[in-house]
Amino acid sequence: MSAPTPRRLTIHILRSAPGDDATPHFEAFRIDESEGMTLFIALNEIRANLDPSLQFDFVCRAGICGSCGMLINGRPGLACSTLTHDLGTEFTLAPLPVFAVIGDLSVDTGRWMRAMSERLETWIHATTDADLDAVEPRMEPALAEAIYEADRCIECGCCIAACGTAQMRPDFVGAVGLNKIARFRLDPRDEREDADHYALVGNDDGVFGCMTLLGCHDVCPKGLSLRSQIAYLRRGMAAQGLR
Amino acid sequence: MRIFYTDVLVVGGGLAGLRAAVGARRRGHDVTILSLVPPKRSHSAAAQGGMQASLANTTKGAGDNEDVHFEDTVRGSDWGCDQVVARMFAHTAPKAVRELAAWGVPWNRVTAGTREVVMDGKHVTLEEPALAHGLITARDFGGTKKWRTCYVSDGTGHAMLYAVSDRAIAEGIPVHERKEAIALIHDGGRCHGAIVRDLVSGDLTAYLARATCIATGGFGRLYRSTTNAVINEGMGAAIALETGAATLANMEAVQFHPTAIFPAGILVTEGCRGDGGVLRDAAGHRFMPDYEPEKKELASRDVVSRRMEQHLRAGHGATSPFGQHLWLDITLLGTAHIDGKLREVKEICRNFLGIDPARDWIAVRPAQHYSMGGIRTDATGAARGLVGLYACGEAACWDLHGFNRLGGNSVAETVVAGMIVGEHIADLCESSDGDLTFSTALAAEFLSREEARLGALLHGGGAESPVALMTRMQTLMTDNVGIFRRGDLLQDAVTELRALSVRARNLHVGTQRRGANPELVTAYRLQRMLKLSLCVTEGALARTESRGAHFREDYPRRDDATWLQRTLATWPDPEQATPTLAYEPLDVMSMELPPGWRGYGARDAIEHPDTERRAREVAALREARPAADRHALQAALLPFLHLLPPRLRGPNARAGGDA
Repeated sequence: MSAPTPRRLTIHILRSAPGDDATPHFEAFRIDESEGMTLFIALNEIRANLDPSLQFDFVCRAGICGSCGMLINGRPGLACSTLTHDLGTEFTLAPLPVFAVIGDLSVDTGRWMRAMSERLETWIHATTDADLDAVEPRMEPALAEAIYEADRCIECGCCIAACGTAQMRPDFVGAVGLNKIARFRLDPRDEREDADHYALVGNDDGVFGCMTLLGCHDVCPKGLSLRSQIAYLRRGMAAQGLR
Repeated sequence: MRIFYTDVLVVGGGLAGLRAAVGARRRGHDVTILSLVPPKRSHSAAAQGGMQASLANTTKGAGDNEDVHFEDTVRGSDWGCDQVVARMFAHTAPKAVRELAAWGVPWNRVTAGTREVVMDGKHVTLEEPALAHGLITARDFGGTKKWRTCYVSDGTGHAMLYAVSDRAIAEGIPVHERKEAIALIHDGGRCHGAIVRDLVSGDLTAYLARATCIATGGFGRLYRSTTNAVINEGMGAAIALETGAATLANMEAVQFHPTAIFPAGILVTEGCRGDGGVLRDAAGHRFMPDYEPEKKELASRDVVSRRMEQHLRAGHGATSPFGQHLWLDITLLGTAHIDGKLREVKEICRNFLGIDPARDWIAVRPAQHYSMGGIRTDATGAARGLVGLYACGEAACWDLHGFNRLGGNSVAETVVAGMIVGEHIADLCESSDGDLTFSTALAAEFLSREEARLGALLHGGGAESPVALMTRMQTLMTDNVGIFRRGDLLQDAVTELRALSVRARNLHVGTQRRGANPELVTAYRLQRMLKLSLCVTEGALARTESRGAHFREDYPRRDDATWLQRTLATWPDPEQATPTLAYEPLDVMSMELPPGWRGYGARDAIEHPDTERRAREVAALREARPAADRHALQAALLPFLHLLPPRLRGPNARAGGDA
């Protein structure tokens, strides 16, 4: 019995190297598909056998670290958890838009995310340090779970790449930023009030810049409920704005 | 010459490095973190199941305290750990969980009343007391007497990493991303910082620092089959080794996790078994009770992994196009539990296996998972051999884990060690030893040495493929230096690793770009990874006993008489072909818990001559002070509080009082 003939894949990759002169261009790579092949496996095979200079980012290769966001046939997604089996024999890969390109499929999400975190102060604001020897303050189990729902964001940048506003407004905090404010609003350990939240996102670079296209919600690899988080946040911020 | 100065240079932006950085920053020192990737991408994020700390909030945690956690950790280590460090750790872990709670980690909480759980394949009803409602809950993990593993669903590492990373941002600590330390600057006695390569521009910069802390995680990528992220190539340990002055320890102590999905090697948490999942063979038979009737699937990781491989060898594996594997069955836990507490597992199963673990069994096989060995430090985190160099987390051999780490003790170690070592680094900076005599000549010497090494790789005109040699090394390590080890296979591996090292002096790098150049990165890391592989393999070959995760088929007994020793590896001469091995004895006479039986397999360890005497001494001390409280008794047996920063010395309160 012979194994079935593997599919021959043609992968068009948008190549660029800022600093070098060549203009960005698609380059086609052809490889045989293997069983259970992910884009992580495919891209590493291309780099090992066809072009050792190809740039891309993977860390966990398990869908949990958020390093490998890219446009897969034009749609933002995590490459590591995309099976080639779910794509045609010919498809395109391109870097996420909005973020600075480092080279080929590698983009600088880190600097963008750090700037967003600094601007929105995405940490617990408490006036006193915890007493580490004492029994921890209680929290309702359901509340802890609700906070984790929003806390699952992996800052992959897919929501930013899928966002109409982010393409037009360089300072728009995007679903990733709005979701973080929604997360800290829920958290009683953060002493900030809605007036503080309003100062951070009560404008067109924040929650009022959202055009409700909700591409973010559709592409989020972690399936976060960004639509609801943004809607509740907007309601809260509108109420604050009317005071 | 590019020079950058900072008080404290932390190499690595995972949990250990971030927490140490926050500690030093809060003491008023300038801290700079280097990270290969944005810090929230670090491998800490992959820790799923939880973090051990003896809060004793739940019914199944009742009676837990530092003593029980300490004893579990020492037994788990097969008596290979440093018991003083295990004490410091068990004492600080509850404080770490509570600090993380204050920093925003949404720990799962106790719900008062009855709840259904699965234990040993059966549904059981537990009752949680009203007193505990809303406190941090815990799940069961392998090798522990109590349910002690605090968790956030199965995204514990993620939640911890985000909280600590955001705390570092709040403290204004800069992270220099996509930077790699490729050499430590030192004068043979003191570390002065590191030569750092920008992975985007290719530029080299000398970072000078009063204290340098390596927190780069483990070296799983020496192996083909590993749960580790692709960045876990052990470069922190490698650059320490290349100083010739710093020391690596117990590099042969490598952990293999029982449940990596097959064949991708991606981890599914021990929480699957802690929450009641079982292992099955091709026939659907639950086989672990046959081998380990008491602890079954929740024996220590090294034991479960060995039993699985043993069962595969006996011909009970399920067959797939990629080879043999076994099954992890969590269907009995039910959809609601999996959707709430094992959701990452569910996503991983869907994405990589195309299955729903609430209905289907998960194909698993053990894979490399954790490096117990690393840069040898003392209890304060100071590296042996170089003043001003520190290490913490998986990169270090602080020696909390000995020859086998308990599940839930690694993320716990990252933050606990970070809390302790960060303060000791600050102490150094505030002492006279903290003064750095600034030598531009020394920095220039190291810069030009590294420029020359990279230039030789780019323009050396070699013929060998870095990728091909890397692949061969990884295959060799998985095949010959894995779960079951044997003298002849290890000797073959040493011989071939030496040959690969010679070939790796003659590499061909086709991409001539100075900046972002993945081929060049593979080339220079390969040379260093081969050195680490030799440390692992030579250490494994020399250690003619079985202890914890180091199992020699030709020497199956634990031999305390000869091998109650820590392996030390150095590389004093860059031209030498293999590491220099030396040994550091563990002092039985100062152990709080003298060597004994771990609770698995035969009681056939070869005893250390001091064991019986120390056991009598400990028993007599306990008898002589029947009225002493447990803290006073403990202090008489093995004092450790003086090694902790003063702010971490207080007793831990528990809602139910002290057990």
